[in-house]
Amino acid sequence: MFTQPNNWSKLTAQEKREARFASWMDTEKRQFDSPEAEGEYKLRAQRIKDVIDLKEPDRVPITPFIGAYSMKYGGITPYEGMYDYDKYTAAWHAFNREFGLDYLIFSGAFNPGKVYDILGYQVYRWPGGGLSEDVDFQCVEAEYMLADEYDRFIADPEAYYMRVYMPRAFSALEGWAMLPTFFASMELPMAPALMIPAGLPPVQASFKAFLEAGQAALEYAEASGKADGYLQAKYGMPALPGGFTKAPFDYIGDTLRGTRGIMLDMFRQPDKVLAAVDRLVPIATRLGIETATANDNPFVFIPLHKGADGFMSNADFKKFYWPTLKAVLEGLIAAGLVPWNLVEGGYNSRLETIAADPPPAGSTYWNFDQTDMVAAKKHFGDWAAIAGNVPSSLLHAGTPDEVDAYVIGLIDKAGAGGGYAMATGAVLDHTTVENLHAMIDTTKEYGVY
Amino acid sequence: MSQELINAITEMREEDALAITNQLLDEGADPMGILEACRSAMEVIGDRFESGDCFIPELILAGEMLTQISEVIKPRMEEEASQEVLGKVVIGTVEGDIHDIAKDIVTFMLEINGFEVTDLGVDVPPARFVETVKVTGADIVGLSGFLTLAYDPMKETVIALREADPEVKIMIGGGQIDEQIRQYTAADAYGRDAMAAVALAKEWVGG
Repeated sequence: MFTQPNNWSKLTAQEKREARFASWMDTEKRQFDSPEAEGEYKLRAQRIKDVIDLKEPDRVPITPFIGAYSMKYGGITPYEGMYDYDKYTAAWHAFNREFGLDYLIFSGAFNPGKVYDILGYQVYRWPGGGLSEDVDFQCVEAEYMLADEYDRFIADPEAYYMRVYMPRAFSALEGWAMLPTFFASMELPMAPALMIPAGLPPVQASFKAFLEAGQAALEYAEASGKADGYLQAKYGMPALPGGFTKAPFDYIGDTLRGTRGIMLDMFRQPDKVLAAVDRLVPIATRLGIETATANDNPFVFIPLHKGADGFMSNADFKKFYWPTLKAVLEGLIAAGLVPWNLVEGGYNSRLETIAADPPPAGSTYWNFDQTDMVAAKKHFGDWAAIAGNVPSSLLHAGTPDEVDAYVIGLIDKAGAGGGYAMATGAVLDHTTVENLHAMIDTTKEYGVY
Repeated sequence: MSQELINAITEMREEDALAITNQLLDEGADPMGILEACRSAMEVIGDRFESGDCFIPELILAGEMLTQISEVIKPRMEEEASQEVLGKVVIGTVEGDIHDIAKDIVTFMLEINGFEVTDLGVDVPPARFVETVKVTGADIVGLSGFLTLAYDPMKETVIALREADPEVKIMIGGGQIDEQIRQYTAADAYGRDAMAAVALAKEWVGG
């Protein structure tokens, strides 16, 4: 947890940022097995900070998002990874021992199956939860918010989420649909109007499941903290990124209306879509601040989905996607945080639009996937840290020599003058041992400034 | 009048497109002519998609408009619309992957361009592709996969298909698919998007 100093509200964004970085980089607050590990922690934390500050670090930092591959390397199935924390920990440790990465990057691979089981999660399928044990979790696109529910959502997104979305998304929380507004509790004679529904069996069952899931989530958090804490102490790996949020358009498009739903809405009820994404800006910003603060980490992970090349015209990107994403980025930056964008797919057609009116210099990080890195450096290099672009296909199906050549090319193209981190374009689920070594080892050698 | 329908569809005016369809039918227009106008409109949209003037939202809305129009005109059709079949395609998302949006768009664009498509849905095991190619006599197979976990099932499906029928043409596509994965899976080609799939299919049937 990051503790805000008393004068927090009087600090500038820059001062807030420095305070958050100082706390994250403070080795006194963390335990290390050796002075070497502590030294590595400082070095690595400074390395990524230099990149964000658009300076040349000692060498190019290595920052791929590690997904299901860590389990595969450790010899366990995705199912075991979700249901047996000891097995996951052993696999995660074996993976990190082997590859010597710089950071503990939010592992999308480690997730608690038990929590989703208790809640009856409908929006995803996972190994043991509708998928076979050797397949990674996947989203099930559907209209969890109906086309005619925008007004209700816009009027009160939290209330809508709790009473309409959550009962659809989690079958165990169906009882929440029966809850009246909490304003029912405003005076003594009215308070029972809130509490009577809370006594009904479906509502009670839902709260019981909610508490059970909370208990299971704590067990998971403990296992996760222990697994990462061990690596941090032993190898001096800082954790990245700490918080998370999404672009307002993706909140609606990913798990409320679905791709098809939101794309039809863009034609049929564009004003409602615009009002909804606007309404989400403070919520998305608050989520990023709260989660990053809880993890004492200056970075906020933002996976970008439906604004990618091909998903909409540039005119629509400027109208539906970018303004509210930018507002969220600015809100996070004002709170002293660094948005850590995972730009999935291609962003070749968006670079100019974003660069025309960018967020403040030295305040954002963009991990590109299939975007041309020469163009990215050209348009973003002056004001943002960029990373990524090692293709999943190359790591899975290429040779170590090909990976070496690709990585060297990236460092030459995107690494000149600093401001670049080596990373995969997508979350790392599949690779060969040799290819991943090639990516990491070549960067350590060739990426020295 | 049918030009007005074409314009309404290509300009993404959904309500107008339906109103014009109803008006045409009331005036006694031939339902086949309306279908023909829809196809012409889709040709325009397909061209715009290829040239980067039109994107996935437009394809989805166009699909929606065409579905609604065919629902209106179907009861008025004396006989099934007969379109020359350019070729038969079997399509599906490979085993382990449950994503369908891109595959559905490819299916729609292939159908509108004269292909008879058998869509096997998602999480399709290799044996089902093989069996369906046999039953339908398809010339072309389209394998879809959104995630990197699709790489190996795609490769296995290509092997199984080739064993059963060395002549069948196989295309692959999806979020993380590129030339490297085409080589890895030994598919005949990969396509970036739905129009690339149509172009490949047409090329393969000699159209």
